[in-house]
Amino acid sequence: MIAEAGLVALWLGAALCALQLVLTILTLRTPLVLSEVEGRVASASPGARASTSLSTNGEEMGPDGAMLAKAIRPVAVAQGLLTCLAFALLILLFIRVDLSVLLVAQNDHSEKPFLYRFAASWGNHEGSMLMWVSILSVAGAAVAVLERRLNERTLIATLGGQAAIALGFYAFLLFASNPFARLTPPAMEGQGLNPLLQDPGLAFHPPTLYIGYVGLSVAFSFAIGALVTRDVGPAFARAMRPWVLGAWIFLTIGITAGSYWAYYELGWGGWWFWDPVENASLMPWLAATALLHSVTVLATRDGLRAWTVMLGVVAFSMSMVGTFLVRSGILTSVHAFAVDPRRGSFLLALLALYIGGALVLFALRVGTVREGSRFDALSREGALVLNNLLLTVILGIVLVGTLYPLILEGLTGDKLSVGPPYFNSAAGPLALLLCMAMVAGPLMRWRREDVRPLLRRLAPAAALVVVALIAIKLFAPPIGLLPLLGLGLSFGIGLGSIEPLFGRNLRRTPLFTWGMVVAHFGIGVALAGMACDSAFTVEKLVAASVGETIPVGPWRVKLASVTPGFGPNWTSMESTLEVERGGAPRTLRPQARYYWAPPTETSESAILTVWNGQLYTVLGSQAEGGRWQLRLWWKPFVTLIWAGGGLIGLGGFLALIGRLLRERRSAKNRELYA
Amino acid sequence: MSARRRPWLLWVPLLGFILLATIFVIGLRKPDDPSITSKMIGETIPAFALPAATAGVQGLASADLTTGTPHLVNIFASWCVPCAGEAPQLEALARNGVPIVGIAIRDRPDDVAGFLTRYGNPYARIGSDTTSKVQIAIGSSGVPETFVVDGKGVIRLQKIGPIMPEDMADVQAALVAAR
Amino acid sequence: MATRMKAKHQRLTLALLAVAALIGAALLAMSALKDQAAYFYTPSDVGRDHLAPGRAVRLGGMVTKGSITKLPDGVTIRFLVTDGAATVPVRFSGIVPALFKEGSGVVADGRFDATGLFVADQILAKHDERYMPPQVAGAMHKSDSIETGPKAKALK
Repeated sequence: MIAEAGLVALWLGAALCALQLVLTILTLRTPLVLSEVEGRVASASPGARASTSLSTNGEEMGPDGAMLAKAIRPVAVAQGLLTCLAFALLILLFIRVDLSVLLVAQNDHSEKPFLYRFAASWGNHEGSMLMWVSILSVAGAAVAVLERRLNERTLIATLGGQAAIALGFYAFLLFASNPFARLTPPAMEGQGLNPLLQDPGLAFHPPTLYIGYVGLSVAFSFAIGALVTRDVGPAFARAMRPWVLGAWIFLTIGITAGSYWAYYELGWGGWWFWDPVENASLMPWLAATALLHSVTVLATRDGLRAWTVMLGVVAFSMSMVGTFLVRSGILTSVHAFAVDPRRGSFLLALLALYIGGALVLFALRVGTVREGSRFDALSREGALVLNNLLLTVILGIVLVGTLYPLILEGLTGDKLSVGPPYFNSAAGPLALLLCMAMVAGPLMRWRREDVRPLLRRLAPAAALVVVALIAIKLFAPPIGLLPLLGLGLSFGIGLGSIEPLFGRNLRRTPLFTWGMVVAHFGIGVALAGMACDSAFTVEKLVAASVGETIPVGPWRVKLASVTPGFGPNWTSMESTLEVERGGAPRTLRPQARYYWAPPTETSESAILTVWNGQLYTVLGSQAEGGRWQLRLWWKPFVTLIWAGGGLIGLGGFLALIGRLLRERRSAKNRELYA
Repeated sequence: MSARRRPWLLWVPLLGFILLATIFVIGLRKPDDPSITSKMIGETIPAFALPAATAGVQGLASADLTTGTPHLVNIFASWCVPCAGEAPQLEALARNGVPIVGIAIRDRPDDVAGFLTRYGNPYARIGSDTTSKVQIAIGSSGVPETFVVDGKGVIRLQKIGPIMPEDMADVQAALVAAR
Repeated sequence: MATRMKAKHQRLTLALLAVAALIGAALLAMSALKDQAAYFYTPSDVGRDHLAPGRAVRLGGMVTKGSITKLPDGVTIRFLVTDGAATVPVRFSGIVPALFKEGSGVVADGRFDATGLFVADQILAKHDERYMPPQVAGAMHKSDSIETGPKAKALK
């Protein structure tokens, strides 16, 4: 019965979603009394801080409109609750291993530990789509409950946009990927005991990324709402910003965690492979990062109106494109889901409907959005425009590189692979340029900046870069140009990013400024990690006899023994490595594992983390003469990559808290002075 | 004020998306059409001779496929989960008198025997391809896959993935056409 | 940097800038692709096209029976890759994937040296039970590697 209940909850959710859309359309069609006029005034007012929130509950609309509008919020909330119920029921089915449900029989197993039965519910196509829809409607419900700043009509249009997106994905679930389909007769045992997928990182990585992907739908809906009501202004931007920030934080954390997972799990010593699935998560992040910055220009200075709306559309579009690429099977990847061209066509139709529809709306409506305030080329706005352009270009490069094999095969039949060399050489220099703009931007004034004072402010960071470059050239082994520039620049970023705090009372500095500083500093930290990894990594590939000692970087690694071992469904050869660099020896145990169902061979790397890097060890197969293949890496400061990623996420979090606190305080002030 | 100015510029994003969607459509059509995936359709099956996959069955050679009647060549493996899913459909075809021969990929005799006991044995012959060599040669890239081979040994149809009840009509039609 | 933007045209300027940036991205991407993308070659293609040494290439074919030799260092192997029509010698240092064996399909990333030896950086393990790179399956079909004799059809 649980499965049926889940299906009913899903259908009810879809019905409410349709109702939400209908209500929106009816509401927006009722004649306006005040709101549009007021909205126009608000978006036309040039003084950003002067425009106040226009949110008053529905009274601007005609009596019918007001009634309808009142119903929309509860409907959105109920819809969110229903999808959550459906998802909870699916999880319950997986935990109870109900083998009369097809999806459970395919992906679950009674011998799985609890955690992985739990996580198995979203480790498959149908379950993850249900999760996608749940997050989508919960985001809609959250907007309905929490959002009080936005002009009511724009808010209603936003909720309508959210409903329109959700409706398509409901249809996709119900008609093309029903997670609750029954299996008669029930299976004797589930098929989902793939040991390779039993990893805590893999269990909780997807939800984080999904919240990020789908969270961007809110920005998309905001953009739609704003285009429908032509209300693009600072109030709109301030309302949208926390949602974008929230989604962006989850994306950042998801990408960082995913990178570390690939690093320790794949055993290739790399942390980013430019795999299509990785790119599918990077592209929304790039767009969201651009959006995050342009929305700030719109909120603070009322500039870049059309562009911000555009980015709102693009960011979630990239999420959808990524989902499509991963699930349609048109690109082969290590991580791709099972291929089903029919599902691909369904998703492509949704893509065409939403992205195409939004872009048509954009083309038709944005011309009537009045131009925002202007600014000098040399100003903080100018720097943010540069940031946006560079992010967009990098996004374009990643997109082209990801799709190029597909395009070429379609056009000429030639087959090729586009790998790291392309992405590094095309996007790398631009990323460095972007980092420079990132240091300069926060040191500029809004509207207008003069060259001399700016140069004076930039001088310390620039000097540090020069000193660092010279020092690296003199004291470090020769390294490639890109890592050299990256490493030098990372010092400048480190100093330059904290410079906005100089001369300020640190206790009175707003939390969101701290957030910006921390996030930018995190970029510098991550960049330093990437540069160190590619410049200073020492790799050793040897066939060693037991008892032999291999030097790698500052370390001496002794192969102490190799012993057979076994687990529930594998046998292994486990090596014991005694490693030391002048201190007490430590022990590492990399394994080569052989699973028999399905027959797979994996290497379980063993990693030693010390303050200045990681020693990464992999055991290969046996060579002649009783020797064992060992692959060893000494990776100085590689950990900075993920530490930087964590700082970027933390910075976003601080900014989010800071913005929300400020909103609350100013709302209180308004009440006081009203 | 801007409505009159350079409206074409506003359509550039849409244009870009249409381009992208076109690429996706091309990409989607590719796996949709199996005649593109297989380069061996219309070609004679390459010569091979495989030993029996388990005790009590006969091995399979290309000569067994040029007997004048069309055959169904089923690429399967005991470790392959979808292969069990298509077993009822193969049973049904065998009951209707369709000669089915199997090629077990990277399999062990005991496992094959277990698979046959559990899911039934619709096969007239089963060859064991432990290195996937024959599999690659006839244009198969995974399990399960099924080929319709006519009486002269020419490959007429390739079905990638398990034969589901809804695929039965296609397979039977191809068998009739191959006669 | 530029002086004050002509205020009147700022919006248009920004829009054009965005379009220019995207075109720039496309051009940059295309030029980088020309240099950096690794084309997929079979041994027959290699013989025909005379590849420049040092260029990133993906080589696909089948490991010739009896051709794998282990070098004394214990981590380097040499073997021959064939598509039935032509053969290419390959050298690889590293840990080979489990399913790499004589007579089975292989995809190697790497480059040719001046002597015509293919030096592989990576051997792809994707040829497992469930999955084979479509390139291998496709290329193999084209040159009919087994016993039907080489037809050596050109890769388009």
